[in-house]
This record gives sequence, C-alpha cells and structure tokens, in this order.
Amino acid sequence: MKMTASQVGYVLQVQSGNPSEMILALSGQISLVDADRLLAEMDALLDNRKAAAVTVDLAGISYMDSAGLLTLLRLEEKIRRMGRTHAYLHVPPEIQRLMDLIDREGLTRTPLRTGGASGGVIEAMGDAGFRTAGDFSAMMIFLGDLVAALTHIISHPRDVRWDDVLVSMRRTGAEGLPIVGLISLLIGLIIAFMSSLQLKQFGANIYVASLVAVAIVRELGPIMTAILVAGRSASAYAAEIGSMVVHDEVDALATMGFDPIRFLAVPKLIATVLVLPLLTLYADLFGIVGGMIVGVTGLDLTPYTYLLESQRAISASDLVSGLLKAAVFAFGIAWIGCQRGFQVQGDVAEVGAATTSAVVTSILLIVIVDSVFAIVLHYVDF
Amino acid sequence: MNAAGEPVIAVEGLTAVFGETTILEKVSLKVFRGEILCIVGGSGCGKSTLLKHMIGLIQPAAGRVLIGKTDIAADDDEELNRIRQEIGVLFQSDALLGSMTLGENVALPLGSVYGISPETVKFIVRMKLAMVNLAGYENHYPNELSGGMRKRGGLARAMALDPKILFFDEPSAGLDPINAAELETLIRGINDGLGTTMVIVSHQVELVLRIADRIIMLDREEKGIIAAGAPEELRLSAKDPRFRRFLFREEREKGG
Repeated sequence: MKMTASQVGYVLQVQSGNPSEMILALSGQISLVDADRLLAEMDALLDNRKAAAVTVDLAGISYMDSAGLLTLLRLEEKIRRMGRTHAYLHVPPEIQRLMDLIDREGLTRTPLRTGGASGGVIEAMGDAGFRTAGDFSAMMIFLGDLVAALTHIISHPRDVRWDDVLVSMRRTGAEGLPIVGLISLLIGLIIAFMSSLQLKQFGANIYVASLVAVAIVRELGPIMTAILVAGRSASAYAAEIGSMVVHDEVDALATMGFDPIRFLAVPKLIATVLVLPLLTLYADLFGIVGGMIVGVTGLDLTPYTYLLESQRAISASDLVSGLLKAAVFAFGIAWIGCQRGFQVQGDVAEVGAATTSAVVTSILLIVIVDSVFAIVLHYVDF
Repeated sequence: MNAAGEPVIAVEGLTAVFGETTILEKVSLKVFRGEILCIVGGSGCGKSTLLKHMIGLIQPAAGRVLIGKTDIAADDDEELNRIRQEIGVLFQSDALLGSMTLGENVALPLGSVYGISPETVKFIVRMKLAMVNLAGYENHYPNELSGGMRKRGGLARAMALDPKILFFDEPSAGLDPINAAELETLIRGINDGLGTTMVIVSHQVELVLRIADRIIMLDREEKGIIAAGAPEELRLSAKDPRFRRFLFREEREKGG
C-alpha cells in the first residue's frame, strides 16, 4: 500500500445490473489532489443516469486520505438530497476506521459566527466613532490616574523609584543625543540654506541668522525634539508596559501591593519631563550651529557676527516658552506611551499595535499642543 | 504497537551544538510506522532540540535525520517540500497565526497543494475542525478561543494534509486535566484511525505512560539517550536510577 498522495489516482467504473440500480466501483488511490475531479465525474454520472439506488463499491481502493473520504461523503449527501438511496459495498477496515473518525454532523454545522461580512460604510463609520470616543475616555481616565499618582508622589517623594527615573533619563535623554543633534543640525542647515536663497537677493544675509535662531528656538527645536522622543520613547514605553501586561507582570505588581501606574508610569513621566527640555536646549544649540555653517561658508558672515545676530534675535521669553512647551510635550509623550501600554489586553500582537498607536497619538498630541501654545502665546504677551 | 519493518524516521549520530555547549552527542534512534514514540527527559536535556532537528528547523552539527529515505537537511527543495507535506507539527504554544481566523489557519497548509477548489478547502477545514471537536469555530480568531481549543485548532492545522507523521512538542502543557485528557483521546483516536506515526516530546509522565508505545529518555549529563523501550518493558527492566526516578517516581533522593 503506497502511502503517498500520488498522481496515479483512481479508476471509476460503472457497473449496473439493472436500470434502477447503479454500482460505482472505485479503485486505486483517492487523495486530496483527486477530490475535485472525482466529484465532477460523479456529478456527471448522476445527472446522466436516473438510477434510484446508488451503491459505491470500495473494494479496489488501495489508499484513501481524509480528503478522499470527504469527497465520498459529499457525494453521499448529494445522492440523498436527490431522493435516491445510497449504500457502500466492501468498505476496507482502514477506510471504515477513517469514517468513524469523521464527525458527519460537524461537516454541515453552520459556523457559530458569520465571517467577514461587515455592515457597510455607515456602520464602519459608527464603529470608528465609538472606538475613538472609547479611546478618548480611556486616555482621560488614565490621565486622571496619572495625576492622582503624581499628587501622591508630591506628598511622598520617597515612593518614587528614582533608580528607574535615572534609567529612563538615560534611555530617553542620553541615548537620544546623537540623533537629536544630527537632525537639529541638518534642520538648521536646511532653513539657513533655503532662507539664504531668498534673502541674498535683497542683501539681507545677516537676517538668516535671526530667522534660523527664532525658528529653531521657538518652534522647530521643541517640536522636532519632541517628535523624535515620541518615536524613540513613547513606543518604548508602550512596548515595555504592554509586554509586561501580556506576561502578567503588571498583575503581579498589583497583587504585591504596588500601584502599577506609580511603579511604572511615574518614573517614566518624571524622566521624560526632566529630560526633554534639556534635549530641546541641546537641539536649539545644534540648530543654530547648523545655520551658522551655512552663514559662514555661503554668506560671508563671521561666526562672531552670526552668533551675535542670533543672540539679538532671541529673547528670553522665546527660550522659556520653547522649554515650557517641551515640558508639556514630555508629559504628553509619557502619558500616551504608558497609557497605550496599559491598554494592551492579553495578546502579544496587541503590543505592536499599542506601540504604533503610542507614536501616532503622541505626535498628534504634540502638534495639537503646539497649536494651542501658538495661539495662547499670540494673545498673552509673554 | 507495530514497531517493526522500515523506520519512517531515522536519526543517525546526531550531534547538536549551541555556541560552545554540546546539547546532544551522537544520538541515534528510529521511529517506526504507526507507533507513538514519546521523548522524555528533564529540563534542558535537549528533547525540544531533538524535535527541532527531526522536523528540519535546525541543521545538525554532525549526523543526519532521515524521513523515509530523504535527508531532511538535503538541499533538494522539491523533495523537502514533499516531505513537509507528510509531516505535521503541533507546537508547544499552538502557533496559530493571530491575524487569521481558525478556518484560515487550518486552510493554510492546503495552499501548498496545487489546484484544490475553494469549496473543497472549505469542507476539508470543516472536517478537520470537527475531528478536533471544534465544528463551527472556523470564523473565530485564535485569541477568542481558550487554551485547550487553540491547542486543538493547532492540531487540526497540523492534520490538514493527512500527514504520515505528527510531531507534538509538550502537547498538554498549559492545559487543565480535562482539556489534556481530551487532547490525549484525540491523539489516540488519530493514531488508531489514520495510523499516523507520532513523535511526542513531553515531560508529563502520566501522559507518556498512558499514551506511549515506546519511550526514549534523554539526559543532560549524558547528552543522549539513557533508556529506550515500551513502558511496561522499561518498568520491569530499566536499571538507570535517573530514569526510574523520572518515570516511576522511585528512589527519590534523600531530603529531596
């Protein structure tokens, strides 16, 4: 008995003694690859001959896999539906065992849930709306928890895990220095270069310095740094906390009497709020240096004049508002990163989704907060 | 049961090395058609490593693994694909793809066979799910099912192509006794009904003693097999104290 599903296949012969009875003699091998052909062949036979009783003789079968048997069962079902009688003849013991293994009722049972069919655009929009609303309320609830944990920390500063704060500061801050420096330098360079093309025409070369300084210190420094940190750290927070949730570590903390938010989220929040303004200052510096490179090499300015002009252009309030913004961005990054992590339920696949969502949502939040700042600072003379 | 004739799997002088550590050294064994072979041993003895070699996930440092007459490490892709269709594996974690429904998971191996109609695929999926008592669950996602159901779903997928050999890595790990017993009944039923050869890696002694036609025990210090035979035969004749302690819970060390 050859055990492999081969291309040799089966032989189907019709033996009919009298017109009311049809005997189908199957021999050879029936496997998955033959299933569709056999079914089609049988269909044709059943349509052509009107025999009331169909007997399937399995004596010559040397091998049949479960897909082959399934074909016979589908055929049997069909014959019964046509109102004809059906019987098997000479069922080899191994095929009988296989038949016993198959749950016929299970073959026709309707799925417990209908698959795939979604309810159109309106329903999808409604779903999305509900999801967004649910998401928003989850974020707000977490914000409340976070604020509660912070107020507790203020009265009990010893409850903060300062070691964790330092670790997070290193990861978020120190390890981010190279990329933040490089990006800021390039941004400064680009702005200086683009503006110099225009300003050169009016002989206003020197204003490149003030333009770069103001743009970097007020807007681009804080926002670029925050976006970089959101990409690096919000995702890391979400992934770290999310996988802790999956591995029951968060539940373990709770049973040991630690408040998971105080234990996990607060150190990250403190670290981010401390580190992001510092990173922003560092980014401002590199941005101005980037502008200076263009000023010195392309606009015939001396480093001294360039820096002097930059210094004149920036006021203390520009710097302070930039740093203040950075601190608020930092709060948002840590808030969203941690919240997305805690939102994970059970499945590892969700950690990936949480990570993506942490980055996207925190960047969105950064831009929204920045717009609010722009409007407020316009009206409040700071 | 019918431990005779041509072996379907032959492991010959297999040596497995991870970095500096040798896990298995010159291990040889045979698996015969239709038998249930259980590979047992304590943690770190290399039983999962042996399994991974047997299904061709890891290349041996020395020696070879033959399935039928084919070296599983051979680089003949066509031959290897044919072999892969003849084996099914139930991983310790069910390894169902989370982004697909249970039905799509079970249909996955059928995609490697050319030209089956969607209708037939649908029926085969239903049949396999019904075989593992999961009829009706084809549109559920794995994360909506319990651990026992996922395990059975994994088994349905492993059986999709009627493999000649089924490999199990810790089949009852993480299952409650009822689900474990149900899985065990299924394994027995498939072995009886389809004559499928089975290789089961497990440290669950009760399961092994109930289900195995033959047992092979690996040991970490020996880096290889310290006992092999049918459970009853081993109970009577095996001398190795490590083995007796592991399988029959005898001669516990003093104070341990």
